[in-house]
Amino acid sequence: MKRRIILAALAAALTMPAAMPVHAEEGSAGGSIVVTYKDDIVTLDPAIGYDWVNWSMIKSIFSRLMDYKPGTSELVPSLAESYDISKDGKTYTFKLRKGVKFHNGREVVAQDVKYSIERTNNAKTESPGAGFYDMIAGIEAFKAGKAKEIKGVKVLDPYTVQFTLSRPDATFLHVIALNFSSVVPKEAVDKAGKDFGKKPVGSGAFSVAEWKLGQQLVFKKNPDYFMPGVPKVDQITFQVGLEPMTAILKVEKGEADVAGDGIPPAKFLEVRNNPKYAGMIVEGGQLHTGYITLNVQMKPLNDVRVRQAINHAINKDRIVKIINNRAVPANQPLPPSMPGYDNAFQGYAYDQAKARELLKEAGLEKGFKTTLYVFNVDPNPRIAQAIQQDLKEVGIEVALKNLAQANVIAAGGKPKTAPMIWSGGMAWIADFPDPSNFYGPILGCAGAVSGGWNWSWYCNKALDARATEADAMSDPAMAGQRADAWKTVFTDVMKDAPWAPVFNEQRFTFRSKRLGGSDALYVDPVRIPINYDHIFVKG
Amino acid sequence: MLRYLASRAVQSVLLLIGVSLITFLLLYVMPADPARQIAGRSATVETVETIRRQLGLDQPLHVQYGRYLAALAQGDLGRSYAQKTEVTEIVASRLPATLLLMVSAIACELAIGLSIGVLAAVRRDSKLDATAMVASFVAVSTPQFVAAMLMLYVFAVQFDWFPIGGYGTFRHLVLPALTLGILGSGWYSRMMRSSMIDVLTQDYIRTARAKGAPERRVLAVHALRNAFLPVIAMIGIDVGLFMSGAVVVESVFGWPGIGQLAWQAIQQVDIPIIMGVTLVAAVAIILGNLLADVVAPFVDPRIKLRQAP
Repeated sequence: MKRRIILAALAAALTMPAAMPVHAEEGSAGGSIVVTYKDDIVTLDPAIGYDWVNWSMIKSIFSRLMDYKPGTSELVPSLAESYDISKDGKTYTFKLRKGVKFHNGREVVAQDVKYSIERTNNAKTESPGAGFYDMIAGIEAFKAGKAKEIKGVKVLDPYTVQFTLSRPDATFLHVIALNFSSVVPKEAVDKAGKDFGKKPVGSGAFSVAEWKLGQQLVFKKNPDYFMPGVPKVDQITFQVGLEPMTAILKVEKGEADVAGDGIPPAKFLEVRNNPKYAGMIVEGGQLHTGYITLNVQMKPLNDVRVRQAINHAINKDRIVKIINNRAVPANQPLPPSMPGYDNAFQGYAYDQAKARELLKEAGLEKGFKTTLYVFNVDPNPRIAQAIQQDLKEVGIEVALKNLAQANVIAAGGKPKTAPMIWSGGMAWIADFPDPSNFYGPILGCAGAVSGGWNWSWYCNKALDARATEADAMSDPAMAGQRADAWKTVFTDVMKDAPWAPVFNEQRFTFRSKRLGGSDALYVDPVRIPINYDHIFVKG
Repeated sequence: MLRYLASRAVQSVLLLIGVSLITFLLLYVMPADPARQIAGRSATVETVETIRRQLGLDQPLHVQYGRYLAALAQGDLGRSYAQKTEVTEIVASRLPATLLLMVSAIACELAIGLSIGVLAAVRRDSKLDATAMVASFVAVSTPQFVAAMLMLYVFAVQFDWFPIGGYGTFRHLVLPALTLGILGSGWYSRMMRSSMIDVLTQDYIRTARAKGAPERRVLAVHALRNAFLPVIAMIGIDVGLFMSGAVVVESVFGWPGIGQLAWQAIQQVDIPIIMGVTLVAAVAIILGNLLADVVAPFVDPRIKLRQAP
C-alpha cells in the first residue's frame, strides 16, 4: 500500500513561475550577463565537481529528479513529475517527465537515472560524492565491484525508476537532489571519456557554448528546457582569473554583473559603506558554522571541564566585530536557518570567571599550553589571534600554527596531532539543507578516523544511535518530530563541548544594478553564489 | 657550433631530470594529501582510499617517480588531479597569453631601460643622470603588487582608458605589459648605463672619435653594439623568468598566464600541474640562456662557442 504525495500545487508553482514570491518583480527575458571568478572552473562533470565555483554551474547544466524551489531550501520534484514513498519508507518510486531532452537531442529516460547514480558510485569515476549513497540497497556490493549494477535502483518502465533503501532515510530526497545525482547521457560520457567535465552534456537550463581554459566559459540558454520561461537570460559569460577586488571594480564600471567570489574581507567595510554601491550588495544567511575543534583524545582537552572553560573564555561578539559583522555569534553546531536549530538554547556564555573556575576544578588553575591550527588566509589568522588573546586571559597559552589549507586538513585527520583547529576557510558548509549533514562526518564516530573530518575525535555512541533514529523518520509528516530529535542531539553534543562554536557566516553577493529578480535568488541557500536560472536583466 | 649545441642539450636533459626529481621529492614530503583534497569534505575514508589507489599515490616513491618519468619520456605530463584534463592541454592553453605578455614586457623593458641607460651614460653625472638612476632604483624596488594596483586604479578605474583586467584585446595587454616593463626597465637602465660608461672609455671609442666620426655614429655603431652584450644575457634570464610566470601581475590584471595556473595548482595540491609548470619553466630558463649564448657571438665576434670541458 503506497500513499501518493500530492504535488499538484508544487507542480503548478513550477510551471507558473509568476505565481511564486521570488518572482514578484518580473523582467523581460533575454540579455547576457558576465560573472567573474578568481579560480579556474576545474570541471563541470557532476560526479566530480565539488567546489562552490562549479556547484551552481553544474546545477544549471544538468537536471536531477529532485531540486529546490528557487531561493529556498524546499525540496520539489524537477526531472521527476511526481514520486511515491512506500509506507515503510524504504521504496521511492519516481515518475519522470516525458519529452525532456538532453542537449544532444535525445530524450531523458529512466535508464539514464540508473546509469548516472551507478556512474557516481563506480570506483573508476573517483567521485567525491560516492559516500552519500550508502542507504541504497546493494550499494556496497556494487562499490566493491562484486555486483554489475546497484540492486536497489530499478527501471520499471522508460519513465519510472524505483529506489529501494536498506533502511528508511529522511535525507534520501536531498541526496537525489545533490549534483552527484545529476542525470547524464551514457553515450556522451563514453565519447568524452575523462574529458566529460570539459564537454558536459546535460538536460539543464543552460548548455556550454564555448570554453577557453583559464580565460572564460560561456553558457547559452537551452531553448528546450522543460521549465517554461526558464532560464531568463540568453547567455552567461564566466570570466576567470580576476581577483575579488578587481571584480568589484569591474562590476562598478559595468564590465561585469556578478563578482562571484564576493567582497574581499579586508575591503568589506569600505565597499559596504560606499554610497556608490547602495543596492548592489545582497545579504543572506548560509548553512555555515565557524567553530574551534577541541581534540577530546589529547590532554588536557580530554577533560570536559577544560573544553567547557574554553567555550566560556571566548568573546564571540568581539570576533564578529573583527570580521566587520559579516557573521552572527553561534552557540551550537547548527546554523540558524537549518531545521533543528534550537532558538532557546543558551550555550556557554562569555564568562571568563566561570572559565577560570572550571579550569581550577580540573586542576589547571595555573593554565596550560596548547596549539591552535589555522588556515593562513585572511581573516582566519586575525580570528585565531583573538582566540589566542581570549584564552590567555584565563591562563591558557596558545601557540598558533598558520598553515596552508591542505596542511590543516591533513593535521586534523591525524590522531593526536592538532589539539585545536579553527575551522575557518574550510568550515562546514552543508551539502544539503538537512541537520544530519552537520553530524555524521564532523561530529559522529564515522568521522573520527584517520583521514576523517571529525577533528575533535569526538565519538558518542548513544548520540550516534539517536542520530540514526532521527534519520529513519523518513515520512514527510514526521518532519517536525525529526527536527526536534536532531535539536536535542546537537544540544547534547554541546554538553560534552567537543567544539567551541564561534559564528555563523552571512553571505554577501555583489551584483550590478541592472540585474533583477528577488534578492533570495542572489543568496540562494543551495545555489552558491547565485541561482543562474531565474535571475534576469532588467528590461 | 653543432657540437656545442649537442653538449648543451645533454646537459639540459640531465638538468631537467634533476629538476623533476627535486620537485617530486618536495611534493612527496609535503604533508598535504591530494587524495583527500580531491575527495572533499563529505568523503568517507574508503572513497579517499579508492581515489588514492586510482592515482597511484599508494605506491612507494620510487615507483611513482619511475612511472612519471616513463610517461614524461613520451611527452605525457599526466592528468590534473582536480580537473582530470591532460596537463599538456592545460599548460598549452596558458602559453599564448604567457608568451604575449613576455614579449611585450621585454619590449617595454628594452625600450624604456635602454634609452634611459644610454642617456644617463652620455650625460654622466648630470642632473638627468642622477634623476634617471634614482628613478630606476625606485622602479626595481617597487613591489609588483603595489605598482600593478596603482596602474589599474589610475588608468583603468579613474581615467577609464583600459578595461579592468582580463584578456583578449590589445587594450587588455597594455597595463600588465607596461607594469612589468616599467619595473623591469630599472635593471636594464642601470646595466646599460654602466656598460656604456665602460665602453665609452675604451681605446676604440677614442680612436673613432679621433678619426673624426660624428658623435652619433660613435654612440650608435661603436659603443652601443659593444655595450649591448650584457643586456643579451639578461634578456635570456628574463625569458626564463617570465615563462615561469609573472604571478603577481597576472593575478592583479586577471591575465591567464602560467604564473596564475601555478599558483592555483599549488593551493589545490594538484601535483601533475605543479610538476608540469615547473618543467616548462625549467625548459624556458635553459632555452633562454642557451639563446643568449648562441646570439652573443653574432653581436660580438670576439666570443667563440666552445664545448664545455
